Amino acid sequence: MAEGCYQNLFPAKKIMPDLSPLWLTLRIACFATLIAFGFAVAFAWIIARFSFWGRDLLDAILTLPLVMPPTVLGYYLIVLWGRNGWLGGWLNEHFGITLMFTWQGAVLAATVVAFPLLFKSARAAFEGVDTEYEKAARILGDNEMQVFFRITLPLAARGLVAGTMLAFARAMGDFGATLMVAGNIEGRTQTVAMAVFDAVQVGDYRLANTLVAIMSVVCVTILVLTNKLAARRQGGTR
Amino acid sequence: MRLEVDICKTLRSGDRSFVLEASFSSQDDLTVIFGASGSGKSLTIQAIAGLVRPDRGRIVVGGDSLFDNSQGIDLPTRERKIGYLFQDYALFPHLTVRENIAYPLKKTWYFTLLPRQQHRVEEIMAAFEITHLAESFPSELSGGQRQRVALARALIKKPSILLLDEPFSALDSMLRHRMRMELLEIRHKFAVPLVVITHDPADVEVFADTLVVFENGGVKEVSRRTQQPESALANIWRQKVCWRAKWEEEQALAE
Repeated sequence: MAEGCYQNLFPAKKIMPDLSPLWLTLRIACFATLIAFGFAVAFAWIIARFSFWGRDLLDAILTLPLVMPPTVLGYYLIVLWGRNGWLGGWLNEHFGITLMFTWQGAVLAATVVAFPLLFKSARAAFEGVDTEYEKAARILGDNEMQVFFRITLPLAARGLVAGTMLAFARAMGDFGATLMVAGNIEGRTQTVAMAVFDAVQVGDYRLANTLVAIMSVVCVTILVLTNKLAARRQGGTR
Repeated sequence: MRLEVDICKTLRSGDRSFVLEASFSSQDDLTVIFGASGSGKSLTIQAIAGLVRPDRGRIVVGGDSLFDNSQGIDLPTRERKIGYLFQDYALFPHLTVRENIAYPLKKTWYFTLLPRQQHRVEEIMAAFEITHLAESFPSELSGGQRQRVALARALIKKPSILLLDEPFSALDSMLRHRMRMELLEIRHKFAVPLVVITHDPADVEVFADTLVVFENGGVKEVSRRTQQPESALANIWRQKVCWRAKWEEEQALAE
C-alpha cells in the first residue's frame, strides 16, 4: 500500500529504498530472542546448579548450533519441523500448521542459532553467583522460587542482558538456517541478510549500502553495550 | 536453651571421603564449637541450619525437632527459624543495607513494607548504630559495619538460635576484640542463644559456657564452664584449645 503511494508520487524513482526486510528482521529477532531467553535461562540454571549424569553431553548438544554450519542446522530443522518432519508432521496433522516458508519458520531458525550465545552467557552468569547468597536467602525464609527471582536472577542480570543482546544480534544476522527453513520470499520471509544478498546479485548497490549501513550501526551499538555490561563486575554496586 | 545434635554424614569427592559423626548437647545459651579446619564443625552447623542433610540422626533446638530421620522429620531451611551469620556475611550485593535488613520481612519485589515492619527495620538499625548506612551498598561498608548489618538481618525475625560461622575471622585483631564485646552485648539485648564455631582460642574464652571440641569429624570432648572453678578455668581452657599448651603437654609426656 505504502509502496504504491510512493510510486504514484514519484513514478520515476523511489526516494527511499524498501526497508520492509528491516522491520521483518527486527520482528523475527525480537521473537527469537524472547523464546531463546526462556529456554536458555532454564537450561543454564539447571546445568549451573545441578550435577547429573550426562550434564556435559547436554551442554555440548545445546552449544552445537554455535559451531555447526548454518545450512546443516537448517537441514536438521527441516528434518524435525518440516511438513513431514517428526515435530512438524505432528503439528501439521493436529493443527494444520506448518512453519516452512513462513516468518514463524524464520523465527524458529533464528531462535536456534541465537540460543547457544544466550545459553553460554546465562550459564556463566549463574555460575558467577555465589551460592552462599542463595543459602542466606533460604535461611532468611525464602522458598526456591523466591531465591531464584530475588537473588539468583538479579545477581546474574548483567550476564543475562549481555547474552541477550549478543543473541539478538546473531538472530538479526542469520542467513543460512533461515534460508533453508523459511526461504527467501520477498515481503514474507526476506530478512535484511537475504535482501542484501539479492540486492548485490541484481546490482542494486543503493539498497545494499543502506541496509548494510543500518545493520552495521545496530550491531556495533549492541556490541559496545554488551562489552560495557560485561566489563562491570558482577553484582557490584549499582 | 537446649541444643541436641546427634548426626552422621558422609561426604564423597572422587576417591576421598569424609565421615562426620557428631554427637553433643548443650544446655547453655553460649556454646562454642572449636576445632581445626576440616574437623567437621562447619558441616555440623550447616546441618543444624538445614543447608546440609545428614544421612541419619537428629537435631533438636529448644525442644523442637528440626531433623529426625527415625520419625521422618526434616524441616526445610526456611522453616527452621534459625539465624545464621556467614563467615563473610553473605550480604546481598545488589541490595542496600536497609533492603538487606528488611529482606526477611518482605517476600516479593513490589510489596512495600507495612508501617509496622518499617518501624522494626528502623528500630534494629538504631540498635546496631547503622542508621546512617541505610542507603549504602555492602561493598561500601567496612568489615565491622558489614558484620553489624549481617547481625541485624539475622536477628530481625527473632530467630530461636543464632549460628555464627567463624564470625571474626574476616576482621583485624583490634576490631575482633571490639566485635566480641558487641556480640556479647547483642546476645544480652536480644536474648538469643548463640552457637559460635571458631578455631580461635580467644573466642572460647569469651563465649564458651559449653565448649564442644571437634577433631577429625567427631566430637572429642564437651565441657561446661560452670563445672570448673573460675580460677582454674583460664588454664584449662588454654590447655584444651591452645596449640602451644598441647605441644608442651606432648613434650612433657615424651620426656
